[in-house]
Amino acid sequence: MTAYLRPATLAEAVAARAAHPDWMVLAGGTDLMVNANHRPEPPGIVDLWGCADLRGIVRSPDTLRIAAGTPWLEIIRHPDVNKHLPILVAAAREIGAMQIQARGTIGGNIVTSSPVGDSLPVLLALDASLDLASPRGRRIVPYHEFCTGYRTTRLAVDELIAAVIIPLPDAATHLSWRKVGTRAAQSISKVMAAAAIHVEDGRIVWARFGLGAVAARPIRAVAAEHAAARRAPDAATARAVGDALAGEITPISDIRSAADYRLEVAQNLLMRFVLNAGRA
Amino acid sequence: MQTQSGGPVGQSVPRVDGVAKVTGTARYLDDLDLPGAQHGVTVRSTIAHGTFDGLDRDPAFDWTGITVVTADQLGWGKGLAAGGFGENYIAMLDTDQPALLPMGGCIKHVDEPLALVAAPTRARALAARAALTPRQTAKPPVLTVDDALAADIKLYKDDNVFKSFLIRKGHVDDDEFEIAMAGAATVIEGTYETGAQEQMYIETQAMAAWPDAGGLRIAGSMQCPYYVHKAMKVLLGCGPDEVAVAQTVTGGGFGGKEEYPSMLAAHCAMLASAVGGPVKMVYDRDEDIAATTKRHPSRVRHRLGLRSDGSICAIDVDVIMDGGAYLTLSPVVLSRGVLHAAGPYRCDVTRVRGRAVATNHPPHGAFRGFGAPQTTFAYERQIDKAASHHGVAPWEFRDRHALRAGDTTATGQLLEASVGTDDIIRAIRDVAGAAPARDGINRHGAPVKRGRGFAFYFHGAGFTGSGEQRLAGRATVRATADGRFEVLASSTDMGQGAITIFTQIAAGALGVAPELVRVPDPATDEVPDSGPTVASRTCMVVGGLVERAARTLRLRIEAWADTAGVKGDLGALAAAMFGRKAELDPQHGGIAETVQYEPPPGIHWDDATYTGQAYPCYGWAGCLVDVEVDLDTREVALLRCVHAVDVGKAINPVIVKGQIEGGTVQALGWAVLENIVYKDGRVANANMTNCIVPTFADIPELETVIVECPYPFGPSGAKGVGEIPMDGPAAAVANALGDALGVAFDRIPVMPEDIARALRRGDA
Ligand SMILES: Cc1cc2nc3c(=O)[nH]c(=O)nc-3n(C[C@H](O)[C@H](O)[C@H](O)COP(=O)(O)OP(=O)(O)OC[C@H]3O[C@@H](n4cnc5c(N)ncnc54)[C@H](O)[C@@H]3O)c2cc1C
Repeated sequence: MTAYLRPATLAEAVAARAAHPDWMVLAGGTDLMVNANHRPEPPGIVDLWGCADLRGIVRSPDTLRIAAGTPWLEIIRHPDVNKHLPILVAAAREIGAMQIQARGTIGGNIVTSSPVGDSLPVLLALDASLDLASPRGRRIVPYHEFCTGYRTTRLAVDELIAAVIIPLPDAATHLSWRKVGTRAAQSISKVMAAAAIHVEDGRIVWARFGLGAVAARPIRAVAAEHAAARRAPDAATARAVGDALAGEITPISDIRSAADYRLEVAQNLLMRFVLNAGRA
Repeated sequence: MQTQSGGPVGQSVPRVDGVAKVTGTARYLDDLDLPGAQHGVTVRSTIAHGTFDGLDRDPAFDWTGITVVTADQLGWGKGLAAGGFGENYIAMLDTDQPALLPMGGCIKHVDEPLALVAAPTRARALAARAALTPRQTAKPPVLTVDDALAADIKLYKDDNVFKSFLIRKGHVDDDEFEIAMAGAATVIEGTYETGAQEQMYIETQAMAAWPDAGGLRIAGSMQCPYYVHKAMKVLLGCGPDEVAVAQTVTGGGFGGKEEYPSMLAAHCAMLASAVGGPVKMVYDRDEDIAATTKRHPSRVRHRLGLRSDGSICAIDVDVIMDGGAYLTLSPVVLSRGVLHAAGPYRCDVTRVRGRAVATNHPPHGAFRGFGAPQTTFAYERQIDKAASHHGVAPWEFRDRHALRAGDTTATGQLLEASVGTDDIIRAIRDVAGAAPARDGINRHGAPVKRGRGFAFYFHGAGFTGSGEQRLAGRATVRATADGRFEVLASSTDMGQGAITIFTQIAAGALGVAPELVRVPDPATDEVPDSGPTVASRTCMVVGGLVERAARTLRLRIEAWADTAGVKGDLGALAAAMFGRKAELDPQHGGIAETVQYEPPPGIHWDDATYTGQAYPCYGWAGCLVDVEVDLDTREVALLRCVHAVDVGKAINPVIVKGQIEGGTVQALGWAVLENIVYKDGRVANANMTNCIVPTFADIPELETVIVECPYPFGPSGAKGVGEIPMDGPAAAVANALGDALGVAFDRIPVMPEDIARALRRGDA
């Protein structure tokens, strides 16, 4: 029989995690259950679903703080997220379908850290940070430093994610998001791209591009960002962004898609984002 | 012979199984309480071709309570009565497919059954399976039809050809045919490929077996109880009464539960005999996708000879289907494929050739449409190219050249009654409206191209040629002591509505309320053999038997009541008749009428030349599809799909609409989403995550037009509806994509990756 603990607070959860480092940490379970048939039963489970302080969204003057155990449906329905971070809502709406969105959490998506995790390029484009909790205390890690490789992260064995902190973009920042999946719903991404493009006086001041499913982990397209910076959001810039991207990603072919397609579509999406930023 | 039954026929009475299914009280095989049942699982090959050298057991595993069965320990040839088995093959059309591969035998595909395991719990059975390792020696496999035809490696006889056909019309030999083709002003030539397709029924394959009264009882999810029964008689080496096969509530089939259930039944029987008690096997999804049958991949070469006025002077079709490792039903699938391959167009000189070949893929098998969707895709792409070559609007071109009553098909069948061409052409024309604007911008700000495509097609209803005569299906309608009625037929309801239709037809012919009619789940020891639940024959053929049996029964009861001077409704009369023991039919424990199939007059079919009346009648259909292609992502959005289908008579319009919509969605999925990826002979995407079928978000609001051109010999004029909706939409989609992008898509599925490549190549 698998042992089971259901802490009521984050502090209790951190303690439980420290006491049982080999137990499984469960949030919505929508990633963990998929593999339940293909993996040995864990000795025990720490179920985060009952931690009241791991759920909810709080707005401060310049950030939104989303507790890690908040399910997607709550994020989709939250007025502040809709107002300030529409691309997070758009990404959340494309995670599985409603049943999955009701159960799956943002923390689970981040810790699974799949190259096809749909919220992850958005977190990169929005320059999110993570608030991590362990018996040693708290630390803040910028999200773009968090993923280290294929499904590996900087999360220490005794750490839990407490919250995701996202700075509020200003009105001059154009946000874009697009997922290309195997079908219109309940689908795994073949390519996804998110962008925050800051335009002032008809020029792009800076751009942040987050991409998924084109590398072993979600990545920032830094060369493409440089190609966009300090230029007008026009066709020539779009082309430069596409060219720069071709030099910095080497997607793979797998059973879901093909390398040439992934590259071409990733280029098209970033180019479209640049052009749309110019049109708005 | 049309009846005046009226009553519930033509009404959308609610599905008789609907409430049980929606409320969850319907009990599928895995829901049944089988006290003491052990759980069976299958040890499978991991190579596509080679030899099975042995089975290693992990000595560290705790084997208590585990039963392992290999083919070598089963006492073949002794027969059931002597505690053994009969013959080790799945009896269908050939003897080539072992039920369980013997040691030393030749492995012909990945996931071939090598051994069976039973344990008191499923978890223990799976653990035991993991502790068993087959020893295999790999040989080079045959993974393409070209390699199969080269026959350097022989899998089946000398040429790897399971079956071939040659159908000639209007010529005697190839020279004469080529002369006719040479007379064409233009020859449109193309090669068309279609991929494998998974049925993805909601309930996976599931079966149970247990010793029963000195014999064996089998129950499970299946389309054709008598197919399983036939296979079991051979496998067990027993008489027809020593094994009984019962269908349990079945969650979808689409052909996937036509032949494969015999395999599960064989395995359950082997395990039940080894443990001496009940055993059940329920495949998990991944195993079901990996190991069970799929639609035959196909390659069709098609030449269309056109006169300068656009009329067709010669049609040449060459069909190749990948049958997979064993013959199974491939000859019959190929037969339906070639019989539809020339299409519903007027032409005096046609040549259709077809071959089903052996490869080291898991056997391909029955799937809704049964070979016709593959060849329909080819000819409807060809017709589109011909229309565009002649500068004639695609629907107009079809209208000009489609078959009408008085024309003959490629087998020389003279079409008489029930040809729906004009109604279909008109139905589509009436609702078509303007084609979507070619260029646009979608909600992502991406440029799009839009297009419209059509397809026109027909589908033979019922068995091919003399099939129904040979089968001589029977059905019974009986009265019960409480003044109610039962329909006994081996046709199964797998969600398509068969038992509701039978209820309506019987109630109509008996002149009683549908509530008084019951259709019990079929079991071979309780119902006559009305044939398999396939080939769009259930309503037209078996429904016809039910109607006739019900009418005969009614006449008999009424005649008795007349003489006996009893009055009342038919139920009351039947109940009164029950009081007189002498009237009871001992065989069916009541008052029953059983009728047997009788062919309509004047049917002629020649199996040797494949000429004559290929089918008793045809359904006719037209499809219009509008598509939009996102030029950033190359994704295809289906904007609109209109489907007009001639079903003869809609016995239950809601059920008919459900059949059409369901088939349409499967066909649209086959066109643009469903992609079975084979890698070294293994299904590489054997899970629902990666084996994509459409969701509601992927399909447009479907517009369905039911057309009724009655078939004089079907119940109230009904003909088949089950398969025809699957045949044409894929071609309509490809035609629409061609219209949108100016690129020919001759291979399905058309994935965004294919569109990207085509556009990059500058095919446009
Ligand atoms: C049918 C289906 C469709 C899906 N579709 C999509 C999709 O379209 N896009 C997509 O991105 N994903 C999809 N997923 C995956 C999954 O739903 C998401 O990744 C979801 O966000 C996971 O959240 P969860 O709470 O369910 O995670 P869980 O399964 O509970 O946990 C996942 C991992 O995160 C760890 N974890 C969870 N919370 C914390 C925490 N606070 N601190 C530390 N570790 C933690 C767990 O230990 C585990 O390792 C799908 C899943 C299913 C079953």
